[in-house]
Amino acid sequence: MTGLRVGFHRLLAVFRRERDLDVELAFHVEMETAANIRRGMSPDQARTAALVRFGGLEQVKAAWRETRTLAVVENIGQDLRFGVRMLRRSPGLSILAILCLTLGIGATTSVLSWIEGILLRPFPAVAHQERLVAIASIARGTSERDDVSWPDFQDLAHNCTQFESFIADRITGTTLSIGNRAERAMGSVVSANYFDALDVHPELGRGFEPAEDFGRNAHPVVVISHRMWKERYRGDPAIIGRTQMLNGVVHTIVGVAPEGFYGTFVGYQFQFWAPASMQEVFDPGGYKLEDRGAPWVEGFARLKPGVDIRQAQAEVSAVAARLESRYPATNRGRNFRLYPLSQTPFNNAGTLFPTLRIALIMVFCVLLIVCSNVGNLLLVRAMSRRGEMSLRLALGAGRGRLLQQLVAEGLILSSIATAGGFGVAYVCRDMMMLFYPARPGVTVNLPAEIDWRVLVFSAGVCALSTLVLSLVPARQTGNLDLAQTMNSSTRGVVGGRASWVRATLVAIQVSLGFVLLTSMGLTLRSVWQLRIVDPGFSTRDVLTTGIDLVSAGYGQPRARIFQDELLSRVQALAGVKAAAYSRATPFSYRGFFSARIAVDGYHLAPDEQPAAEYNQVGPGYLAAMAIPLLSGREFTLSDDESAAPVAVVNETLAKQYWGGRDPVGQRLKVKDRWMQVVGVARLSRYNTLAETPKPFFYVPLRQNPAIGVSLNIRTAVAPDVVAEALRGVMRSLSPSVGVSEVITMREQVDRMSWPNRAAVTLLGMFGGTALLLAAVGLYGVMSHLVSQSTREFGLRMAVGANPMDLLRYVLSRGLLLTGGGVVLGVVAALALTRLLRNLLYQVSPRDPWTFILSALVMVLVSLIACFVPAWRATRIDPVRALS
Amino acid sequence: MKPAKPEVLHGSLVLMVLRTLDTLGPQHGWGIARRIEQTSGDLLELNQGTLYPALLRLEQMGWVKSAWGVSENGRRARFYSITRAGKRQLANETKNWERTAGIIARFLKPAGEAP
Repeated sequence: MTGLRVGFHRLLAVFRRERDLDVELAFHVEMETAANIRRGMSPDQARTAALVRFGGLEQVKAAWRETRTLAVVENIGQDLRFGVRMLRRSPGLSILAILCLTLGIGATTSVLSWIEGILLRPFPAVAHQERLVAIASIARGTSERDDVSWPDFQDLAHNCTQFESFIADRITGTTLSIGNRAERAMGSVVSANYFDALDVHPELGRGFEPAEDFGRNAHPVVVISHRMWKERYRGDPAIIGRTQMLNGVVHTIVGVAPEGFYGTFVGYQFQFWAPASMQEVFDPGGYKLEDRGAPWVEGFARLKPGVDIRQAQAEVSAVAARLESRYPATNRGRNFRLYPLSQTPFNNAGTLFPTLRIALIMVFCVLLIVCSNVGNLLLVRAMSRRGEMSLRLALGAGRGRLLQQLVAEGLILSSIATAGGFGVAYVCRDMMMLFYPARPGVTVNLPAEIDWRVLVFSAGVCALSTLVLSLVPARQTGNLDLAQTMNSSTRGVVGGRASWVRATLVAIQVSLGFVLLTSMGLTLRSVWQLRIVDPGFSTRDVLTTGIDLVSAGYGQPRARIFQDELLSRVQALAGVKAAAYSRATPFSYRGFFSARIAVDGYHLAPDEQPAAEYNQVGPGYLAAMAIPLLSGREFTLSDDESAAPVAVVNETLAKQYWGGRDPVGQRLKVKDRWMQVVGVARLSRYNTLAETPKPFFYVPLRQNPAIGVSLNIRTAVAPDVVAEALRGVMRSLSPSVGVSEVITMREQVDRMSWPNRAAVTLLGMFGGTALLLAAVGLYGVMSHLVSQSTREFGLRMAVGANPMDLLRYVLSRGLLLTGGGVVLGVVAALALTRLLRNLLYQVSPRDPWTFILSALVMVLVSLIACFVPAWRATRIDPVRALS
Repeated sequence: MKPAKPEVLHGSLVLMVLRTLDTLGPQHGWGIARRIEQTSGDLLELNQGTLYPALLRLEQMGWVKSAWGVSENGRRARFYSITRAGKRQLANETKNWERTAGIIARFLKPAGEAP
């Protein structure tokens, strides 16, 4: 260890200060002078003599400085130069090692930078994001999440002391006419404190003022994004005070948000922000600012410094309990829950959290495989360098010095690879967006963030892998024995310590590879399950599109006339089998509204507040969507405002509240209105394919009108033909109404499962890489074994073994390693695949078929990897091997 | 005119410093210099300044360590002491030196008395 210790002390010596030396030297001269005076010299003489004796202060200092710095530079420089020379001596191996490491570190850095940019610090323009939490309301004791009502939100803001601020936010969209085309733009309705609380300062104009939270539609003002200002208004410097029509209301532009601020919705770039008082204009479903029973706020809150999210949660729950006792009608059983920003349930952070979490674990597996693989490669070289190492030991090099050198070599490898890794991460920074379904009007924003934290972490990964890389061969050279080395280089040894270490490393690679392969297999199976699941409505021949009359400023009577005219024209189109409006469509981002319901004769449990999601649909909707009716009828044209209120329930709702009796003819109370149940529809999926059956009901659109609706068309011909015809109809009816994209329900359903696809792609990439690396590792070990055992094999052949025996021998050794690795892998996978549960649909995390199949693939790949070395063993010429 | 004092032989300074610290315990630079001169019976001409780069070098090798302390006359001074590695080194060097000295001595014996 001498070398290491010297290195360490030399490093410390760099920090010795020259000022200290000055003190030391002055003390010396003074002592000498005093001694001279005692000998009888005069003070002047004494000092001169002392200085002469000392021999030139400046020269001494110069020599001291040189000693201080040179030693370190010399040593490190020497090691690095030597390392580079060693690496260049076997360029193939070095390049392979660097490539493997680049892959490993690059993948790790990429995933880390995605996590940083999407989950941990998704809003680059906002300071102190670590203190931001998301807030939603939940039914106590369940995981059923809802938004927060404005009055509840205000009460939270006024009563909680552990928070700096509460921020209300609600995603919305509008259609803006740009020249002669209409374009969707995303924005949000926010509380007036939004910009101040986030500490984001508009680059022009102002944010919102406290008064702009209040008064129904009283403050038509808007802050626009930097991008909208540049693109739509061409950077007009006099933009403040100009007006813009938004959803039929003239808004005054009061501010421009700074560049780089995209709002607070993970996944999208927002273009505008409107104050809470304008909620009714942007958020359908009426005026909600005074309704405690109307949840719409997707909230954030900023904790005071030093406050823990658990303390904050306790306070919020206490306020929830007070609200519950004061407003039982609306708040019974209602609590509020805080989420770390990374798990925000109402934006894409929550969607991507399970995917990125599993990706992180998997990428570390890949990194481990890479490190053990490269360690293995270096071990091979260390073996071939045993002669050199022994010689140097014999010549008196300290073991520490050798170790230091191996570390230097590892450092060179991993530094190059880390630089390459950053390149990989940079190239992959936008990959998450590739998975994201493109939608018009939506600027997807899922950037990776390669900030100092990622850099520090990757540097740590680099340091760690360096250590692993250098220590594996070092452990081997550490046991060098001159005599043994001399002997072993002339003998072929199968087995021995080094081979044992290498075998273990390969087994670990195989086991990690198995874990990745299994995870990939499970997610693949799950995606397959999702593809074959029946959503309960027709997906292939149903087209859907949004008819946005809100943005075009249509009021109620005009909207009805437009909708009727459009529908009759569409129904007349060739190839259209059926067409119907609905307020919302299944699997859309916005989802359905939820309402409290009551049923005659149904006995409530004490804390129960029955609610169900619902949709407002036009006549013939169920037929158009091919949702079967189990009983009764669906809505007709005559179910309008002049007729008695009616509803159609789904079978789950019927079973839950009528206990199996046919509910047709019974009464259902929705909000405060009694409706007669006229039909029972088959259960279908409403929001996601993986959801559990839930109660749902339909009410007639004509009795509950909406201005913004979706048009659903069942076609008999190719969907794009009808889509084109529909666009033509829309243009001829009114060019000012924005045509949303026309997509099949299949497309809409697929879009909702994009996190699963992202997971499959990522795990597929990691799994493939792991499989390849494990194969390379196995190949390396087996090749080395064969080349080391040339003499042994030659001998075996000479005494009568035939090539098939040797082939079997080598393959069986390879399979033994693989088998060991797979057993280890099964144990690890059983523990780890649990984490996949959120991503799996109708596939057990311990699905035996996937495990078996992965094992088979692993064995097959390892057989292929071992075959070449095994074949080479059979080609050994005994005469040459033994000569 | 008296003969010039011999200069300190390169390499032997290390041995002298280590030996001094080993016998006397922690010492400041001046103390070490004094001790070396005294022990040599003032026969050695030590260029006292060369002691300091040498001490740094010894510290880098991990053979001595240093710390601030208070001198006999109450002044702040840097004190050097020998480390365990230093003691090992001292033992090695002593052996080497004795061997070398023995060899040289044999060469310098009058002719005919050679072994």
